[in-house]
Amino acid sequence: MALRISLNINGTEHGVDLEDPRPTLLDVLRERIGLTGTKKGCDRGQCGACTVLVDGRRVNSCLTLAVSLEGAKITTVEGLANGDALHPVQTAFIEHDGFQCGYCTPGQIMSAIGLLSETEGKASAEAVREGMSGNLCRCGAYAGIQDAVMDAQARIAKGAKS
Amino acid sequence: MKSFEYQRPETVAEAIKAASKPGASFYAGGTNLLDLMKAGVRTPDSLVDITRLDGLKRIEPQKDGSLRIGALVRNSDLARNADIVSDYPAIAEALLSGASGQLRNSATVGGNLMQQPRCAYFYDPNSACNLHEVGEGCDALEGENGKHAVLGWTKTCIAVHPSDFCVPLAALGARVVVDGADGAREISIDDFYSLPGSVQPPGSALKKGEIITEIILPSDAKRFAPWARYIKLRDRTSFAFAIVSAAAMLHVGDGRIKDARIALGGVAAKPWRAREAEDALNGAEANEASFRKAADAALAGARPSGDNAHKIELAKRILVRALKAAADGTPPKMPDLPGSVFAVGKEAR
Repeated sequence: MALRISLNINGTEHGVDLEDPRPTLLDVLRERIGLTGTKKGCDRGQCGACTVLVDGRRVNSCLTLAVSLEGAKITTVEGLANGDALHPVQTAFIEHDGFQCGYCTPGQIMSAIGLLSETEGKASAEAVREGMSGNLCRCGAYAGIQDAVMDAQARIAKGAKS
Repeated sequence: MKSFEYQRPETVAEAIKAASKPGASFYAGGTNLLDLMKAGVRTPDSLVDITRLDGLKRIEPQKDGSLRIGALVRNSDLARNADIVSDYPAIAEALLSGASGQLRNSATVGGNLMQQPRCAYFYDPNSACNLHEVGEGCDALEGENGKHAVLGWTKTCIAVHPSDFCVPLAALGARVVVDGADGAREISIDDFYSLPGSVQPPGSALKKGEIITEIILPSDAKRFAPWARYIKLRDRTSFAFAIVSAAAMLHVGDGRIKDARIALGGVAAKPWRAREAEDALNGAEANEASFRKAADAALAGARPSGDNAHKIELAKRILVRALKAAADGTPPKMPDLPGSVFAVGKEAR
């Protein structure tokens, strides 16, 4: 059952030929498009390493059939920086040591961007911990991650004013 | 994962036709179905992708005061909908206490109702489970069963329904609208789910090919808005299924309870409406003694199905807490930890 889908990934249109409908968005990104920034952790929606934005909303790409997303706009961690200028959430993760090994980091960053748009810049530290609970960090960098997300929220608010 | 045919119908009629074929299954958010397909527990021959049925994505207040919610509304959109937040706050709290931010952005109203149990033996194709095939038996009976049912179970199945959202729906007497080859019909949420019998495992009233199109919140549901909570006990503060949970909604006047709506989660194969507890509260004073009496009534028929006798007392205590929190009044703003026992009382002061 051959299927052809088109996806807008990080602003570029991609036509993808699928030999059958099984591939998830995660597998299409990594294995067909070659964007390996999005990580496969549990592949079952429990760890959040595969988080990307679909039409601006954070989702687990491992639990989404690519074929169902025909025409969707996908943002992955590779689509955040503008040249050498990092996204404020990326900068905040570096400055606050929001990682150790880094494997969960792309998912953490994409999830944080989704969360900050959901909470419209008003998230408390407790709301950030709750809102990031779909992203596991086996190194246990949670304190740095929380600080990074709070700082990123402040940076984005400041950026919006100036 | 076993391969399958893929269809994306443009109308409800086409979807019903496609799903009427043997081995067909609807695909919406995919968060539960794909997980089960990866585990090898669900092996559909074809998936009917209903995500483009835009007519099922509306939330519409009706003239008679009821609210119609389309089956394809995403959990996160429903939780943030202004009508839900102001008029049905326990529904918003239940939705936000469930799963993770990512999953709530994908999961749909209809899919939430159709969630499969999280019993580990159901999730393992190599274990005996009557939900895999009637007559297979139930490995949970002699297995790890500390989180299993204490109400309405039989030896056929002791799994619990995992939904948070369905608990306040059951308390409010929501109706489920389904459409199929024989036309549309409405089913009360209580009748939508069947408990396990002597042979049959728990299930839903949906016939082959039928699709959930809407949920209706009845016109009398709004008056509980000032005194409505959903409280959920879990192993960790966030992103965990309920060990036990309670939706408590009151209508209070002159210090007395005029009407109560109560349902429990995590205790049975369906969201458990506790009418005995509601009756116990009618006309009672809104105090801890009344709440404890109601909780005793709610769990009067409970019995352990395994290593889970503690859940009976836990369910009573969570219900008392939820009733106290409801009597204190719905918080003016959604707590940062929705449904958490750590949020109770904090915002009321």
